[in-house]
Amino acid sequence: MKTATEIDIQTEGEMPREHYLNVKTGVKAWLLTTDHKRIGILYLWTILVFFLIASVAAAMMRIELLTPQGDFVTNETYNKLFTIHGVLMVWFFLIPSIPAVLGNFVIPMMIGARDVAFPKLNLLSWYIFVAGGALTLWAIIHGGVDTGWTFYTPYSTTYANSHVITMAAGVFVAGFSSIITGLNFMTTIHKMRAPGLTWFRLPLFIWSMYATSVILVLATPVLAITLAVMCVERIWGVGIFDPKLGGDPILFQHMFWFYSHPAVYIMILPGMGVVSELITCFSRKRIFGYGFVAAASMAIAVLGFLVWGHHMFVSSQSVYAGMVFSILSFLVAIPSAIKVFNWTATLHKGSIHFTTPMLYALGFIGLFTIGGMTGLFLATLAVDVHVHDSYFVIAHFHYIMVGGMVMAFMGGLHYWWPKITGRLYPEFAGKLAAMITFAGFNLTFFPQFILGYLGMPRRYHAYPPEFQMFNVLSTAGASILGIGYLLPLIYFLWSLKCGRVAGPNPWRATGLEWQTPSPPPKHNFEEKTPVVTEKPYSYSAEEDADLNLASI
Amino acid sequence: MPILTWPVSEESALVHEQFDDIGQQREAAKLGMWIFLATEVLFFGGLFLSYTVYRFAYGHVFVEASRKLDVVIGGANTAVLLISSLLMAFAVRASKLDQRRMLTGLLLGTALLGCVFMSLKGVEYHKDYVDHLVPRMGFKWEGADPGNAELFYWIYFAMTGLHAIHVTVGIGILLVLALLAWRKTFSNGNHNTVEIAGLYWHFVDIVWCFLFPLLYLVGHR
Repeated sequence: MKTATEIDIQTEGEMPREHYLNVKTGVKAWLLTTDHKRIGILYLWTILVFFLIASVAAAMMRIELLTPQGDFVTNETYNKLFTIHGVLMVWFFLIPSIPAVLGNFVIPMMIGARDVAFPKLNLLSWYIFVAGGALTLWAIIHGGVDTGWTFYTPYSTTYANSHVITMAAGVFVAGFSSIITGLNFMTTIHKMRAPGLTWFRLPLFIWSMYATSVILVLATPVLAITLAVMCVERIWGVGIFDPKLGGDPILFQHMFWFYSHPAVYIMILPGMGVVSELITCFSRKRIFGYGFVAAASMAIAVLGFLVWGHHMFVSSQSVYAGMVFSILSFLVAIPSAIKVFNWTATLHKGSIHFTTPMLYALGFIGLFTIGGMTGLFLATLAVDVHVHDSYFVIAHFHYIMVGGMVMAFMGGLHYWWPKITGRLYPEFAGKLAAMITFAGFNLTFFPQFILGYLGMPRRYHAYPPEFQMFNVLSTAGASILGIGYLLPLIYFLWSLKCGRVAGPNPWRATGLEWQTPSPPPKHNFEEKTPVVTEKPYSYSAEEDADLNLASI
Repeated sequence: MPILTWPVSEESALVHEQFDDIGQQREAAKLGMWIFLATEVLFFGGLFLSYTVYRFAYGHVFVEASRKLDVVIGGANTAVLLISSLLMAFAVRASKLDQRRMLTGLLLGTALLGCVFMSLKGVEYHKDYVDHLVPRMGFKWEGADPGNAELFYWIYFAMTGLHAIHVTVGIGILLVLALLAWRKTFSNGNHNTVEIAGLYWHFVDIVWCFLFPLLYLVGHR
């Protein structure tokens, strides 16, 4: 790697004269751009819209659950609210969040490429995503869907009196944007690495995005065909999922979870990648056990395809199948634990800087550990029979999805924000928001573990009065969590104009993306593509002993 | 993909801005198509799974139902697709050897065989309709378990229908490529597009090679 002075190709305190944001302006230039950085930003705005709509749905559910009676919305509306929340959060926020926004922005830069392998397909993927989102929103506006995000048969095919087909079509279409993104990333990582950037010199974010892409490419088409068959079944009622005609509704669950369990790892692996970057940078230390962390990503991607049956322990699936799926699910804990142990070992004797991204990363480790451990309870056959379809499950996967992925997404967004915009966000407000988010999150979801264990089922708008206290706590937590998400929105927008100029490498981080001005030029690196001669993360805690990143 | 109507002298003019050289570009494009085909395998996989589950459950009905399909047309179609794949393989070679007329002819020949396949498929679908084998459209079944037999034909139409959509897309691609080939687009080393389209066409062919025995031959010994 180059020394600190050589890296500073851009004068501190000044924005570069020409960069990817000002090279061509206007709506048309943005809508026809093939620049991976701009496409990342298009995705960022789009998923923000879906996040806000899905959050409003969540807020309405939490308001309803303040009291035991169903007094704020009807049960039918409540069903539609959790469907909106689930469908939008899963397919239109979490799945594209880190891959399509941060992945698009930093992958080519991290590997020293000018762009992804197929820039036009990359833009196409955004248009497909928007089209799928529009279909889904159309279904919501015209009356909504009450099946839940899982579209279980025979309810979705025979009984649900709502816009199931339109919404499934929206998800079907959006799936192709996932496939294109995964295909693009895999090809880019295989074929476009800078000279000297061997597989084991890649940043761990690249490894985790590669693992994610494998899942995107291999699992998403199964969801596509499943939803297509479900729609055909709903229109013509030929019986493939209808026991009256010889079909089997459980087949739908098998096919759905064959996608949707790996999809859970689409929603966490990218977060793990971001956290690996953050932990090393702000401990000023090489990651502990690089090879293991990289291999763990691939192991999670592969094992993820073999555990779908743990969603179906009470579905009449054979008990022997249940046992096998239970054991295989336990196996996923091994690579996950390797990651957690290696992150903590990296912290050990590091020179730790409590910057905003680091706070999010540390929050991630704690919350992911709780989410992962409770996953083991759910993978245990006997325990699952008790807590299946209860708030325990809700709490478990929100610890992974929100406590894990959203925390990592926020951490990554703060970390790369100076690279994306060329400006710094206000550090104090950032830390405040990170801590509010952490507190609000735990207050929202920890009581739900207890609720679920005591037997409160999910997806009901009314409940017995003895559950009220925990529900009030949870709703109170949700309002704090809301503030935690609103604050960054405000100061990020503020920083676009008023933030301090960041310079190329405000974190003194290693990695190729920090060796180019912020914001980067259109083709990422000004003159030649960089050459890599070292392992990643060549940090040194001793050298950086007097560095004070938290005070910038 | 720029449409060039005159021969370019250097390969470097073909390299898109994100790539370093033509070799990298070719490899990336080929890998991209292979990954896409992996996606396609899993896309069809859902239907293959449905077939497997219900054939396991209702094996004898599936055998009975399979007997009613026209194995002669199905067999002829298999031959048509296999020959079309052979022509496609020759086309890829012609593009590498810069034989423009040969390439155009072979691409048109491949597309023509694709059209023959679709026509035969159309004749067969019509015959199925006349024989009351189309689910939900006048379906009639004399034997036992009409519901399960209907399920077989549903899967038959879903699988061959999805395959037919892929053939149609392939024909469209081949016709565009034939036009581009005639306009000398693939001269001077710009043959990668033909090779990638070839991969797709062979995939469509291979899917049929699985569909034919599973759907047509299970009832014939």
